[in-house]
Amino acid sequence: MRPFSYQRPTGIAEALRDASGGGVRFLAGGTNLVDLMRADIERPTAVIDINRLPLGEIEETASGGLRIGALVPNSDLAYDSRVEVRFPLLSSALLAGASAQLRNAATTGGNLLQRTRCYYFYDLATPCNKRDPGSGCAAKSGLTRIHAILGASPHCIAVHPSDMAVALAALEAEVLTTGPSGDRRIGIADFHRLPGDTPQVDTNLEPGELITAIELPAEGFADHYSYLKLRDRLSYAFALVSVAAALRLEDDVVAEARIALGGVAHKPWRNPEAERLLVGRPAGRDGFDAAARVLLEGSEGQGANDFKIPLARRAIVRALEQAAAATPQSPTDKRIR
Amino acid sequence: MEAGISRPLPGIEDRHAVPIRLTINGVERQLDVAPWTSLLDLLRERLDLTGTKKGCDHGQCGACTVLIDGRRINACLKLAVTLDGADIVTIEGLAQGDGLHPLQQAFIRHDAFQCGYCTPGQICSAAGLMAEGRARTRDEIRELMSGNICRCGCYPNITDAIEDVLKDRVSEPAMPV
Repeated sequence: MRPFSYQRPTGIAEALRDASGGGVRFLAGGTNLVDLMRADIERPTAVIDINRLPLGEIEETASGGLRIGALVPNSDLAYDSRVEVRFPLLSSALLAGASAQLRNAATTGGNLLQRTRCYYFYDLATPCNKRDPGSGCAAKSGLTRIHAILGASPHCIAVHPSDMAVALAALEAEVLTTGPSGDRRIGIADFHRLPGDTPQVDTNLEPGELITAIELPAEGFADHYSYLKLRDRLSYAFALVSVAAALRLEDDVVAEARIALGGVAHKPWRNPEAERLLVGRPAGRDGFDAAARVLLEGSEGQGANDFKIPLARRAIVRALEQAAAATPQSPTDKRIR
Repeated sequence: MEAGISRPLPGIEDRHAVPIRLTINGVERQLDVAPWTSLLDLLRERLDLTGTKKGCDHGQCGACTVLIDGRRINACLKLAVTLDGADIVTIEGLAQGDGLHPLQQAFIRHDAFQCGYCTPGQICSAAGLMAEGRARTRDEIRELMSGNICRCGCYPNITDAIEDVLKDRVSEPAMPV
């Protein structure tokens, strides 16, 4: 690993001051950043350890939601009784990701900022526009099994690896930040970016800007939700396709719907049009099929990942059926019912 | 890769060293560590605690699992400098004198290893799993142990061993760790 200077501030103002130079990275759980530094992909000259900042609490908000501190570990968040009861979709998505050890270390803010697991991003011997802008994309002519079917660009076909972010997209969470230009509140839909011609930029955070918390609005869809994750192993693998489905039903008619996809794009994929289409219709396969078609409009395979398009369509329908029947996918029993 | 970059020049470790205090297997230690030293390398290369294994050095295999403040963590992904004040238990710290930890006994009883390389991580991970109290069924043990890879494929016996100790623990909740 390349040498770097190390600071361990205890206050947010101090952390922001330390981050005012170039080549700086905030370090929280380290589960992705340390790995990327060891692989010589991230090369910070200064690391600011934010683990001593007061960002580790989960609090109620005035509007009936929850404010989750950026440093709350993924495991603590998944098992928090308020999250389990009121936001089980989030709990379920978190437990579908990584391993118990990694969830103990990984933080809420860090989870959002983890980088793609595209093989070529990690392989210094191949070109990658995300790692080395302008060098090209080895994935496009390489192994594309794990790559994007939506929102990709000629410059990058990588996908965002987070499960948590997919649930947050369905729950319409907000990301709270602070930085050189003050405090901001960023809707989760506007937090991650599509690659376009600047795939090296994953998010809309500004340099030196720090995530302080994530806020969940009050509606948690606790009665009708499912997080369905399909992958090459039953556990401890990134999604080929995942679906966060959430419904509010009134007499078996859809009053509100949310569908977000993981593993298919550079950010959690949503289309409010697909969700509106369900409203006022019976919660059944006809509507779910129609919503899946709209949500996957414009999808395009890269060859080896063409299977993701029909897989995603069926996964969307199945997750919505699970949500409607109040039989969410179990994170432990992997049989899909 | 450029020479001298991946392995820092002699002396640079000392110039950048940061003092930290760690309690490791009950022994308090004052250490000066370069900020880029992982907990895993600190344990193995400086403290001769080689029971914690380096498998992938990548957070994917779980061979380096230790308990940090009672929670199971991949030691390869933790920079030691970030752990100032932490309490660390490695495989060397689980036994009480000559008395093996119940998980160690159960791994022997159930023949839960072949080559043994992943075993320290498996056992530390299982100790963390028991402290978490989330696994009750065999399926839950399997799911919550999925961060520990065994290339010999001893999973059935590993699961048996953990299940055995979990069962005992229900009747005897005072068991350590």
